[in-house]
Amino acid sequence: MPFIPHTEEDVKDMLDAIGAPGIDSLFDEIPTDLLIDEFQGVPDALSEMEISRLMHARAAKDGLPLSFIGAGAYEHHIPAAVWDITTRGEYYSAYTPYQAEASQGTLQTIYEYQTMITRLTGLDASNASLYDGASGLAEAALMAVRANRSATSKRVLLASGVSPVYQKVATAIAGSQGLTFDRLPLDTSSGTANLDALNDQEAPVAVVIQQPSFFGTLEQIDALTDWAHEQAALVIAIVNPTSLALLKAPGDWGAEGADIACGEGQPLGVPLSSGGPYFGIMACKQKIVRQMPGRIVGRTTDLEGRPGFTLTLQAREQHIRRSKATSNICTNQGLMVTAATIYMSLLGAEGLSRVASSSHAQTKELMKLLTGIEGVDALFEGPHFHEAGLRLDRPVEPVLESLAMRDILGGYDLSREFPELGNALLVCATETKTQADLEAYADALQAIMNAGNVRSA
Amino acid sequence: MSELPGDLLYTSEHEWLRREEDGSVTIGITDHAQTALGDLVYVELPEVGQDLDVGGEMAVVESVKAASDVYAPLAGSVVAVNEELTDDPEKINADPYGDGWIVRLQPSGDDGETMDPDAYQAFLDELDE
Repeated sequence: MPFIPHTEEDVKDMLDAIGAPGIDSLFDEIPTDLLIDEFQGVPDALSEMEISRLMHARAAKDGLPLSFIGAGAYEHHIPAAVWDITTRGEYYSAYTPYQAEASQGTLQTIYEYQTMITRLTGLDASNASLYDGASGLAEAALMAVRANRSATSKRVLLASGVSPVYQKVATAIAGSQGLTFDRLPLDTSSGTANLDALNDQEAPVAVVIQQPSFFGTLEQIDALTDWAHEQAALVIAIVNPTSLALLKAPGDWGAEGADIACGEGQPLGVPLSSGGPYFGIMACKQKIVRQMPGRIVGRTTDLEGRPGFTLTLQAREQHIRRSKATSNICTNQGLMVTAATIYMSLLGAEGLSRVASSSHAQTKELMKLLTGIEGVDALFEGPHFHEAGLRLDRPVEPVLESLAMRDILGGYDLSREFPELGNALLVCATETKTQADLEAYADALQAIMNAGNVRSA
Repeated sequence: MSELPGDLLYTSEHEWLRREEDGSVTIGITDHAQTALGDLVYVELPEVGQDLDVGGEMAVVESVKAASDVYAPLAGSVVAVNEELTDDPEKINADPYGDGWIVRLQPSGDDGETMDPDAYQAFLDELDE
């Protein structure tokens, strides 16, 4: 659908109609001392050719390293058709058109996306997406507070394996509304929440369980979910959509299932792309759907009885409820969602399951190779998905630097945020890694560890 | 214009109140309010046991064209909610002063401002002008 900007004449007509001398005059109420002439630190505008050259030069600096970093964003093979279709003119817009009379295709795509997300999460309703996984947790926590009206607490209890980045983002967004985010102590042998510590917990408004955890380990989701519901707390699941092809859906956790699921949608056909744009998944049980933020597309019939798609439950949203809206988010990551929908359609349930199984198998193989090296041990006992922890006999950072010099991104240094884990490194291998890639990593690490031993001897 | 039931009190927020024999107060929205909102599709009810101040957010009524807060017309504790509205919100459209009641409060002191039927009718007439 075309987006035609106003001509100078249109602008003049509109200004004349309201009797304003110019566009600037519409912003008169902003105090002059708040106005700046130019942005500090922002260079002059470049032409398309200049910016293209600059970006190519910068991209070349990154090289094409072999990456074993996960920690929230995951490298997966994206079939060429995904972005070929996504970038067709009918889809490719900076703005998502919602008008039912003009946008049936877009609305149907979002509806199909929502259907796929509800099937993956085992929950009743999905929204049209949020900005990303981390802000999705903040929205889920705020939603839980709205939905759990019998709770007096605004304390959100995080299982030990919730991403520290998600905790920071959720605190930044929801902290000013009185929500606090506390973490259950970590069982350092299993890399999961220490359930003994539950006895000392005051009843929270919601319990957040990340599965697989930030460490790639598997939390005791059933026990945690049932405990939370006994405390009259809602359960928020943070999930990796790829893993749901193999793991139990949040809707099936414990006796009653998680109430809300959120997570990072990037693994579904969105490239790593230096950290974004990504998109956030959110789904929930039917009974709290009116507390869910974001757009929701519904299927309906028109006046002549023909099936069609439209935005639904809009009374939650800010253009109707104003300050009482469920969120100030009334948009979604439309283009990313389009890519994810096409990705899931192309792979199907079986394809997604193969991606998940293959990623799991490659990580297992990587762990086998790496833990065969002297000074490298598995950090945690128990199962993991496509990410796992290693303990090194020396500080992690210099080792990662040495690997980077060999064009290998060796993983995520856990010792920064989890000093209690010691020299801990989080590694990830997806289906994109071949046996040769895994061996290249093992050989490089072996050489670095050997060289270090020689130096320190 | 339909008759205003004579045994009820009314507020400027278009709510009605009925004092029950046990001292509790039943609250709903007026015929004028349900007509203005149009077909109701959802009612968000408070929790039984919740304490409310005068003007506190007590419920939300959502129609096909708007969502509107229902404020507590007096201070009190929620002793009952009309659970049938969860599945059947249109009861408010069909019978605003009967089956469409929303909440019953046990007053806890502050009574808020109310009008008798004549005063509310005058208030409505003024709005029409």
